[in-house]
Amino acid sequence: MGFNFYDFTTFTHNLHLWFMEHMSPGWATTVEWVIVGVIYLAFVALLGLFLIWAERRVCAVFQQRLGPNRVGLWGLIQTIADFLKLMVKEIITPRKVDKFLYNLAPYIVVICMFLTLGAIPFAPGLQGLDFDIGVFYLSSISSLSVIGILLAGWSSNNKYSLIGGIRSGAQIISYELSVAMSLITMVILAGTMQFSGIVEGQRDLWFIFKGHIPALIAFIVFLIAGTAETNRGPFDLPEAESELTAGFHTEYSGIKFALFYLSEFINMFIVSAVAATVFLGGWMPLHFGGLEAFNHVMDFIPPIIWFFLKTFGLVFVLMWFKWTFPRLRVDQILTLEWKYLLPINLFNILLMTIVVLTKFHF
Amino acid sequence: MKSIIEYIVSIFKGLSSLLAGMRVTGKYAFTPWKNVTIQYPDVRPVMTDRFRGEVIMPHNENNEHKCTACGICEMNCPNGSIEVISKTITTPEGKKKRVLDQYIYHLGMCTFCNLCVKACPSDAIDMGKNFELAVWDRTKLNKVLNQPGSKIAEGVKE
Repeated sequence: MGFNFYDFTTFTHNLHLWFMEHMSPGWATTVEWVIVGVIYLAFVALLGLFLIWAERRVCAVFQQRLGPNRVGLWGLIQTIADFLKLMVKEIITPRKVDKFLYNLAPYIVVICMFLTLGAIPFAPGLQGLDFDIGVFYLSSISSLSVIGILLAGWSSNNKYSLIGGIRSGAQIISYELSVAMSLITMVILAGTMQFSGIVEGQRDLWFIFKGHIPALIAFIVFLIAGTAETNRGPFDLPEAESELTAGFHTEYSGIKFALFYLSEFINMFIVSAVAATVFLGGWMPLHFGGLEAFNHVMDFIPPIIWFFLKTFGLVFVLMWFKWTFPRLRVDQILTLEWKYLLPINLFNILLMTIVVLTKFHF
Repeated sequence: MKSIIEYIVSIFKGLSSLLAGMRVTGKYAFTPWKNVTIQYPDVRPVMTDRFRGEVIMPHNENNEHKCTACGICEMNCPNGSIEVISKTITTPEGKKKRVLDQYIYHLGMCTFCNLCVKACPSDAIDMGKNFELAVWDRTKLNKVLNQPGSKIAEGVKE
């Protein structure tokens, strides 16, 4: 099959050929879809469990505590036990909710999460969807999840949920602009919207070094806006515990609550993965143009490990944000976006255009 | 122009204050040996001097306590958690003397206010350092503090 831990392209291609050889093209495509779907499902389940565990350990560390450490090695089994508890809990549908929308909302959020995850390149050849408009696709799909949150808030027939949902709508629609614009800044530098092309463009130097000042500004803006878009960190207004009990998912219980909870953590992973891909080279090892020996040493570490190292590093930074900064008020959130991030972004796009036109980059 | 400068300065001030906050939590994160968690059932903490657990009556090695059964602690207790039961004995010299029979302490009613310890003229009672006070049966909360067969120590001022 030609399995190679450094490049999955030939492996997946040979697998495709093998399927085509042994069954009709229609069946081969169906089987491939099922396999890819199962892989993504398993990946999301494991990743969600791991991220929830990591969040609890990391937040404990920021508060000089230890966190869960008694169930299994370093408490790794803790989230599995919690998940089992959530699975056996009763799924309550309150009497006066809009039943159809209430039951639909968590699935919209989860579907958006999966669609976004599909566009992320994990390693060469390991990418669900490689559109030539990948960045555009990602920013459009990721903003769809607000519909699920709004529906959850609206259909719960509960004032806390409604306020949470509306807050989330105002917040995500505002910050979507900053996310898209900071990505556009990097698209100007990369010259392509395709994720594989963006990663390939960083073979000589990661974009955050290549684009120096404007890339750094775009990176900071993307991290702030991305945190806001995942409804966590200092921007967790939609589920502000102290004001809105739990915001838009107050009325959800059992596995439906687990879906919201899971999607929040996977969205954090997605934001970190996109930041790692666009700014820090994705699966591309640390390369410096001209230093051949150094590049060769770096190539020994498989790309998939590079990808997860960078992504989890950024996940750690996002957790650092969450457990350091106090929650913003609604007016402060909108001020930050419309009076600060948006003008900075517009200026930054101009700066990046000048940098690219004058070839004033590395 | 002035407002533009103020705007830019405010951005950098904001960023630097955020970084200051992250430096504080980062210091906590990267010094895990300073964690304050005590892994309780495995590691049992030693309570500080001023910790107020249950009321105890210290006895010396000869099974002697210092209680004169004066009842001041009982009067000072706001909740009625102390009952001092005394009896009258005749000393070898032929004097009648009031001594402690039973010092009953109702832990369930105690608020650990320390007033009895402060009021005691002969320092006969003290606040213990034990904090694992939960029991399965409510009757176990009524304790007799003086040990069986104990008597008052020599030289305690009546």
